[in-house]
Amino acid sequence: MMLYFARWKVVSILLVVFAGFIFTIPNFFTRDEVASWPDWVPGRQLVLGLDLQGGAYLLYEVDRGSYEEKRLQALVGDIRTSLRQSEPRIGYTGLGVKNDKTVQFRLRDTGRIDEARARLKDLVNPLDASLFAGTQINEFSFTIADDGLVRFSFTDEGLAQRIRSVVDQSIEVIRRRVDQLGTTEPSIQRQGEDRILVEAPGLDDPERLKTLIGQTAQMTFHLVDSNANVQQAIQTRPPAGDLLVYSTDDPPVPYLIDETPLLTGEDLQDSQATFDQRSNQPVVTFRFNTSGARKFAKVTQQNVGRPFAIVLDNEVISAPVIREPILGGSGQISGNFTVQSANDLAILLRAGALPAKLTIVEERTVGPGLGADSIEAGKIASLVGIVAVAVFMILAYGLFGIIADIALFVNMVLIFGALSFLGATLTLPGIAGIVLTVGMAVDANVLIYERVREEVRNGRSAVSALDAGFSRALGTILDANITTLIAAVILFYLGSGPIRGFAVTLAIGIVTTVFSAFTFTRFLVSMWLRNRRPSKLPI
Amino acid sequence: MRLLRIVPENTHFGFMKNRFISFTLSGTLAVLSIVMFFSLGLNYGIDFEGGTVVEIATKNGPANIGDIRSELRDLNLGDVQVQEFGAPNDVLIRIERQQGGEQAQQKAIGLIRDTFGDTVDFRRVEVVGPRVSGELAQAGTLAVVVSLFAVLVYIWFRFEWQFAVGAIIATVHDVILTIGMFAVLHLDFSLSSIAAILTIVGYSLNDTVVVYDRIREDMRKYKKMPLLDLLDRAINQTLSRTTMTSFTTLLALLSLYTFGGEVIRSFTFAMIWGVLVGTYSSIFVAAPVLNFLNLRRGPDASGGTAEKEQAETA
Repeated sequence: MMLYFARWKVVSILLVVFAGFIFTIPNFFTRDEVASWPDWVPGRQLVLGLDLQGGAYLLYEVDRGSYEEKRLQALVGDIRTSLRQSEPRIGYTGLGVKNDKTVQFRLRDTGRIDEARARLKDLVNPLDASLFAGTQINEFSFTIADDGLVRFSFTDEGLAQRIRSVVDQSIEVIRRRVDQLGTTEPSIQRQGEDRILVEAPGLDDPERLKTLIGQTAQMTFHLVDSNANVQQAIQTRPPAGDLLVYSTDDPPVPYLIDETPLLTGEDLQDSQATFDQRSNQPVVTFRFNTSGARKFAKVTQQNVGRPFAIVLDNEVISAPVIREPILGGSGQISGNFTVQSANDLAILLRAGALPAKLTIVEERTVGPGLGADSIEAGKIASLVGIVAVAVFMILAYGLFGIIADIALFVNMVLIFGALSFLGATLTLPGIAGIVLTVGMAVDANVLIYERVREEVRNGRSAVSALDAGFSRALGTILDANITTLIAAVILFYLGSGPIRGFAVTLAIGIVTTVFSAFTFTRFLVSMWLRNRRPSKLPI
Repeated sequence: MRLLRIVPENTHFGFMKNRFISFTLSGTLAVLSIVMFFSLGLNYGIDFEGGTVVEIATKNGPANIGDIRSELRDLNLGDVQVQEFGAPNDVLIRIERQQGGEQAQQKAIGLIRDTFGDTVDFRRVEVVGPRVSGELAQAGTLAVVVSLFAVLVYIWFRFEWQFAVGAIIATVHDVILTIGMFAVLHLDFSLSSIAAILTIVGYSLNDTVVVYDRIREDMRKYKKMPLLDLLDRAINQTLSRTTMTSFTTLLALLSLYTFGGEVIRSFTFAMIWGVLVGTYSSIFVAAPVLNFLNLRRGPDASGGTAEKEQAETA
C-alpha cells in the first residue's frame, strides 16, 4: 500500500525536511551574524561563484621552455667548472646548448673519455624524492661517443619531477604574494602537471593581481662595470663577463654590469615600503639576513665610490653609487615609485622569487558590477519562473496543484540546504540549473497526477486510483531522473568553473526532486486522505 | 472549478498513420542541419577558438559602437567584433586569437585596457589561450559522447535493445537539430552551449523514457494489439503529461530568458529550442522508430526484469 506510512517513515521524512530548513536558514543572515552563533548551530552559507560576486579566475602554466633553458645554461656552467677548474684539466671544444634540449661538446683527447666520464657522473643530479621510490631518478643523463662527443639531456622522469616541484614552490610564492593583498580567501591550486589555478573572489583590480603573480621577481645586486664602453657594447657585444641591461626609466638607460651577482633576493630577510625622510618620495627598504649582510658589508667596503645596480627580472630599477661601506645590512631602493608600486615591490621581495616564469593560459575576470547585476537578474528570473509554474500547477490540478506547490517549496529548501551543507558554489548557470529543476520537478507530480486521472477514468475509487497512480509512476520517475542524473554527473566531471556549478545544482535538484515530488507529495496526500476520507478526487 | 488542460482528455490522435510525414520532416531537418554544420560551420566562441571577450560599460551616456570599432581597428588586433550587449551603454567586444602564443593574448588585452582607460567600466574580461581552447574543445566533445554512451547503457539495461537504439536515435536527432540551429542562427558556440546540449540530452531522454515506459507496460497488457495501434495508444496516454511538463519547463526557461540577464541568454535560448525539439522527438521520432526496429511482441521479447515487474503490478 503506497499510501500507508509507518511511524519511523513519517519521522524520517519530517527530519529530512527539517534538516533542509536548518541548513538553509544561515543564508538569510550576514556572515558576521552567523559567526557569532554557537558552534553547534549549522552556519555554513552558500558560496557565490566568481561570476556572481566578481573576481578573477587565472590559470597559469609553467613556461617549460624558459625553465629548461635556464637549467641547461646552469648545466653548461657546471660542466665548464668540472672540466676546467679542477686539476688536471680536461680539454674540450664547442660547449653549448643545442636545439634547446641538449648540452653538447667534444673532448679534445679521446684517450681521456673514462676520466671525463668519472667527473661528469657527478653532474646528473639525483633528485631527492626518488630515494623513497626505490629506483634512482636523475635529472640529466649523458652519453659519450667514441669520437669524444658528449651529449647531456633531461630524463623524462627527472624533468617531470622538476616541473612538479617548480609548481609546488610557485604555489607557495603566489600564496605569500596574494595573501598580502588582503582579499577574501583566494584559492590557489595545482591543476594537472604544470598548471596553477588562482581564484580570487571579490577583487576590484584584477590587473594588480596579475602583475603581482606574473612577475618572476628575481632580484640581484651587481657591480656596474664603469670601465667598459656601453655604446660600443650595444653595437657589438658586451665584453666577456659583462651583461648589458636596461633600466626601467623612459627612455631606458643602458648599463653594463658584472655577470655574476654579488647578492640575490634569497639573501634578503625583509622588505618594506616607506617614504624617504628627505625627499618624501615612496621608497622600498630592505634588510639582508646575517650572511647576506656580511657579504654586503664586504662588497661595499671594497667598492666605495663605484655604482652598483639593483636588477629585477633583468631590468635595472636603481643604480646608486656606494658612498660609504654599509655595515648594518640594510638599504633602500629609490626608483620612480608610486605608493602602490613601492608596496607591490616590497610584497614581491618579501614573498621571494618564482622558480620559473609563469604564463596565463586562461583568464576570466568579472567586475563587481556585473556580478551584482547577475545576482539580481537570477533572483528575478527564479522568482518569476517559480511563481509562474506554481500558478499553472494550481490551475491545472486544483487542490493537488497546491500539494505539488508545497512539495516544490520543500524541494527548493532542500536544494539550498544541500548546497549550503556541501559548501557548493552557486554560479549563474547554477541558478539556471535550479530554475530548470523547478520546471522539471513538477514533472514527477504531473506524471503521478496524470496517472491518477487515468485510473479515475478507468473507474477506480479515490484511494485505489491514488495508490495505483503513485506505484505505477514510480518506475517511470526513477528511469527518467536517472538518465538526467547521468548527464549531470558527466557534466560535473568534464566541465569546469561555472558549468560545474550548473551540474551540481542540476544533480542535487534531481535527487531532492525524487524525494519531494514522490515521497513528500505522497505523504501529504496520505495525510489529506486520512483527514477527509473523500469518495471522489478533485483532480 | 474547471481545471486547465493543454490537450483534452482521452485523445486518439493517429500519430503512427503520419509516421512517414514526421520521419521525412525529421530526416530532412537532420540532413539540413548536418549540411549547415559543414557548410556554414559553427560560430565557435573563445572557449574553443581561443581569443578574448571583453564586456565594457561606458560611464558617460550610451556607447558609440562605431567609434569603439574604429578605435579598436587602430590597434591592429585582427578580426574584432563589437556589439551592443543588453543595454545601450553595455558593449561586448570579441577579438580573435592573436598570433604568437599565450603572451600575445595578454598583450592584446593590455592594449585594450590602455585604449579605454577610465572612460569605461570593465565588467568582464575572458581570455582563452590557444592551448586551453584545444583542451576545452576536446573535453566538450568527450562529454557529449560519453554521456550519450552512458545513457545508452542504462536504457539497454532497463529495456530491450530496440528501446535503447530508439532512444539514442531520438536523442542524437535532438542534438543534431540543436547544432543545426546554432549554425543557422550563427549563435556563439561556447562551453555553456555544451552544457545546454547535455541538458537537452537529459531532458529529451527523460521525455522519451516516459513514453517508452508506457509502451512497455501496454505491451504486457494488450498482447494481441498490433504494434502500431499500441504505440499510438501509449503516446496518446502520455500526451497530456508530455505537454504539461514541456509547458512548465518552458515557463521556467522563458522566465530565465527574459529576466536572467544577457550573459546566459544564448544558453537559455538553446535550452528552449532543445525542450521543443525534445518534446517533438519523443512523440514523433522515438515511438515510431520502434516499429522500424522490429520490436518483437510476445513473452519472449520481454526480459527477466520486465516479468518481475509485471508480477508486482498485477
